[in-house]
Amino acid sequence: MSAADQIDVKEGVDQETVDAVAQLSGKYKHGWNTDIEMDFAPKGLNEDIVRLISSKNGEPDWMTDWRLAAFRRWQQMDEPDWSMLRYDAVDYQEQYYYAKPKSMAEKPKSLDEVDPKLLETYSKLGIPLKEQMILAGVEGADAAPADAKPGRKVAVDAVFDSVSVGTTFKDELAKAGVIFCSISEAIREHPELVRKYLGSVVPASDNYFATLNSAVFSDGSFVYVPKGVRCPMELSTYFRINAENTGQFERTLIICDDQAYVSYLEGCTAPMRDTNQLHAAVVEIVALEDAEVKYSTVQNWYPGDENGKGGIYNFVTKRADCRGDRSKVSWTQVETGSALTWKYPSCILRGDDSQGEFYSIAITNNWQQADTGTKMVHLGKRTKSRIVSKGISAGHAQNTYRGLVSMHPKAKDSRNYTQCDSLLIGGECGAHTVPYIEVKNNSSRVEHEATTSKVDDDQLFYCRQRGMDEEEAVALVVNGFCREVLQALPMEFAMEAQQLVAISLEGSVG
Amino acid sequence: MGLPKIKQDATEARLSALDLPGGEGWTRAAREDALSRLQAAGLPHKRDEYWRYTDPRSLVEAEPPMAEALPEGDEGPIFGAHERLRIVFNDGQFDADASDDLSLEGIEIERLSQAAGADLHWARDLYGTLETRGQTPVARPLATLNTAFAQDGILIRVTGRPSKPVSLIYNHISDSSDVFLHHCVKVESGAELTLLENGAAAARLNTVLEVEIADTGKFHHVRAQGRDHARRAATAIFTRLGRESVFKSFTLTVNGALTRNECVIELTGDDAVAHVAGACVGDGDFHHDDTVFITHDAQNCESRQVFKKVLRNGATGVFRGKILVKKDAQKTDGYQISQSLLLDGDSQFLAKPELEIYADDVACSHGSTSGAIDEDALFYLRSRGVPEPLAQDLLVLSFLAEALAEIDDETIAEDLIARLEGWLARRRG
Repeated sequence: MSAADQIDVKEGVDQETVDAVAQLSGKYKHGWNTDIEMDFAPKGLNEDIVRLISSKNGEPDWMTDWRLAAFRRWQQMDEPDWSMLRYDAVDYQEQYYYAKPKSMAEKPKSLDEVDPKLLETYSKLGIPLKEQMILAGVEGADAAPADAKPGRKVAVDAVFDSVSVGTTFKDELAKAGVIFCSISEAIREHPELVRKYLGSVVPASDNYFATLNSAVFSDGSFVYVPKGVRCPMELSTYFRINAENTGQFERTLIICDDQAYVSYLEGCTAPMRDTNQLHAAVVEIVALEDAEVKYSTVQNWYPGDENGKGGIYNFVTKRADCRGDRSKVSWTQVETGSALTWKYPSCILRGDDSQGEFYSIAITNNWQQADTGTKMVHLGKRTKSRIVSKGISAGHAQNTYRGLVSMHPKAKDSRNYTQCDSLLIGGECGAHTVPYIEVKNNSSRVEHEATTSKVDDDQLFYCRQRGMDEEEAVALVVNGFCREVLQALPMEFAMEAQQLVAISLEGSVG
Repeated sequence: MGLPKIKQDATEARLSALDLPGGEGWTRAAREDALSRLQAAGLPHKRDEYWRYTDPRSLVEAEPPMAEALPEGDEGPIFGAHERLRIVFNDGQFDADASDDLSLEGIEIERLSQAAGADLHWARDLYGTLETRGQTPVARPLATLNTAFAQDGILIRVTGRPSKPVSLIYNHISDSSDVFLHHCVKVESGAELTLLENGAAAARLNTVLEVEIADTGKFHHVRAQGRDHARRAATAIFTRLGRESVFKSFTLTVNGALTRNECVIELTGDDAVAHVAGACVGDGDFHHDDTVFITHDAQNCESRQVFKKVLRNGATGVFRGKILVKKDAQKTDGYQISQSLLLDGDSQFLAKPELEIYADDVACSHGSTSGAIDEDALFYLRSRGVPEPLAQDLLVLSFLAEALAEIDDETIAEDLIARLEGWLARRRG
C-alpha cells in the first residue's frame, strides 16, 4: 500500500484527493515485461557504439558525424547538479544503448507483419495499433473491440526500446501532406527537412543529457505539417522501455509550417525492475508563422517500488521555438511516473505576437523526485505566456517547480502570468518552488504568484451571492480551475484525467 | 575537491592585502576559524549560482573602486529630530567626539576593538557563530571575510527596555576607504531594542550584524543606506529568534553603485515573528540586490518579506528570497512579495523567489510582479493639473508605501519618506 493511506492528512485536504493520488501513483499497472527476443548492441558507450547505432539506422555520413561530434562534446561535459534531485551516480558504461526486437530485423512493411507479441504489448497498454487499423478499414483485421472510440482517429508511432515498431495511418496522413514517421526513417527519406531543423532548437551541445541523446538517440518520431494544413487527426507516440539495463534515448522533431496545426500526444511506460533505468529524450518543436502546436504528455514510466527501489531516471529536454509571428505552442503534461524527473518543456517566443503555454500537473508519491517546470523566453514583441503548474507530493516524495520567465529588452508589450501551487499529503514529503524572473524592459508585465488565496474575487463574490460559504466557494473555483487545465488534455488521456479531476488543491502551500 | 583556480587566485589576492587584526583575546579563535573557512570556500565569483544576478567582482577585488565622498551639507541628517544614542564612525573609525556617551539604562554597549582584548566576553558565543550557521546551504564568503578581518563594530547586550534607540552613523570621508564593521546584538528575554543605521559609510563597505533574540525579546532595525553614487556595500544580517520573539528590519536605499543586502533569519522558537522589508529607488548606474533566506524551524511562526524597487535609466534591481520550512515547522505563515516599477525601457528587474517546504500544514505564498507605471493613474493626476514629473513621483511614493508601512514607528517612517521625497524632488530639478 502506498504511504498516503497511512498518514494523517491535515485539515482542508479532502480524502478524495488523497485517494486519487494514491490510486494514480500507488500501484503500477504497466509493470509487466514482454518476453521477446532482442538484439542488443554491446554494453557501454564509446565511439563504436555511436557508429553502430548510426549504421543500424542506415544513416548518411553527415548524421554519423553529427552524432560523433555530440559524443565528443559529451565526454567533456559534467553532469548537472543544480536540481533538487538526489540520486546515485549513473554508470553510463553499464547501460545498453541499443536494443531492438529480433523480429524487427527486417522492418515490417505493414502492421500485419509486426510480431504479434509486440502488438499484444501495445494492446495491453491500451494503445490501439490494431484497433485503429480496424477503424481505418484495413483488411483482415479483427472485429472492433467495444471500447474503441468510433469517429476519432489517432495516428500512433510506437517505439519499443530503441526502435519504432510501427506507425499507423501513414497513408491517410500522406494524403493531407503530413509526414509522420519514425525519425530514423525521416533521416533516410526526408534528409533535407531533418538536416535543416534537427538540433536547431536544442543544439547538440545544449546540456549534458541532450548531448548524450544527440550522440546515441536510436529512434523517435518525426512530424512535418506543411503550410496551411490542419492535421486531420491527433498524432501520438507511445514509448515503451522493455529490455533490462537499457536506456531509451528517443528524439522527436515536430515542424509545423505556416498556418498549420497539429496536436501531438505522448505516452510512456516501462516494466518494473529493481535497477534504475535511464531515459534521456529530446523533443524539438518548430512553429512557423501562424502555426499552432499542442503537445500533451502523460508520463507514466515505472516510478520504482514503495521503498524507492528501481524506477526510471527521466532526463528530458523539450523545447519549442515559436519562430514565426503569431505562432503558438502549448505544452500540457501530467507527470505521474519515473523515480526521477528532470524536465523543463520550454518555449522560445521569437516571433512577434507568439504565444507559449505550459500546463503541468506533477504527482509524486513514495520516494519519487520530480524537478520540473518551464522556461518562457520572450524575444518577440507582444509575446504572451502562461504557466500553470500544480505539484502534489505524498509519501517521501520531493516535488520541485523550477521555471524561468525572461523578458528581453526587445520583447516590448509582452505578458506573462505564472501560477504554481503545491500540495503536500503527509509530513515526510516536500514541495519546492524555484522560479527565475528576468525582466529587461518596462512595457512588459510579469506576474508570478503561488498562493491559493488569490482566487478571482468576482468569481468568489458570485458564489457567495448564491449562498455558499467562503470555503465552499474557494473550493469550487479552485477545482473548476483545475478541471479547466485538465480539459486541455486530449480525449485519449481522458481516463487519467478523470482520476486527476478528483484532486483538489485545497490546502495548497504556494 | 579544491577550489577552481580563478577563485583561488582571487581569494589569495584579497587575503594577501589584509592582516588579521592582532591581539590574543576572545575573538582570535573566531577570526582564525573564519580565515580557514574562507580559504576552503573561496570568495564569490559571478558564475556562482548565488551571484547569478550580481557580479561580485568589485566587492571581491583587493583594491576597492574609488568613490567620491559627498560634499558636506549635500543632504540633511536623517533621524535628526529623534532622541537617540549616537555612535559615529568615519570611514569605519570610531569618532569619540561626535558620539554620545555609550552608557544607557537597560543596555550595555562596547566597541569590538576595545572589548576584543579580554579573554572572556559574552559576545564570544555570538561573534561569528550565527554567521557560521548562515553558511549552509549556501556559502556567504563575504560575511566570513568580515568575521576574520572586522576592524571594529559595536557589541550590544540588551537586558531591559532602553529609553531611546541606538543610532549608528557612518560617514564617508576618503575616496578609497575599504571598511569592515561587525556588530553583535544580544537581546535578552523580554528586552527590546531599536537600532538605527544610516550613512554612506565608505567607498566600499562590508558589514555583518549578528542578532540573537531570546524568548519574548524584540528587535527593530531601520536602515537608510547612503546615496553616494559610486559607493559599494555588501551587508549581511544573521539573526536567530527564540520563542515569541520579534525581529523587524527595514532598509531604504537611494542610489549607490552596488548594494548587496543579505538577511539570514532562523526562527527556532515557537510563535516567533520576523519581518524584513526594503524600498529602493535607483537611477542610472545602480545595482541593488536583496537576498533573503528565512528558515522556519519551529511551530506557528510568521515571516514576512516585502520588497519594492523603483528603477530608471538603466538601473538594475535584484531580489532573491527563500523560505525554507522544515519538517516540524507546522502552522507556518510565510509571506513574500517582490515588486518592481520600471520607469523606462533600460532598467531591469531580476528575481528568484523560492520556497522549500517540508511541512504539510503551512500557508506560504509568494508573489512577484514587474511592470511600468500605470498610465491611467498618471492620466488621472495629469487631468487634475498635477505636472507629469510630480505625478510620476507621487505614484512612485504610493508604490513604495506598502514597504514603508512595514516600519512600526511612524515618526521614523516619516523621516524616511521625507528623505525619499527630497531625493525625488532633487531629481526633478
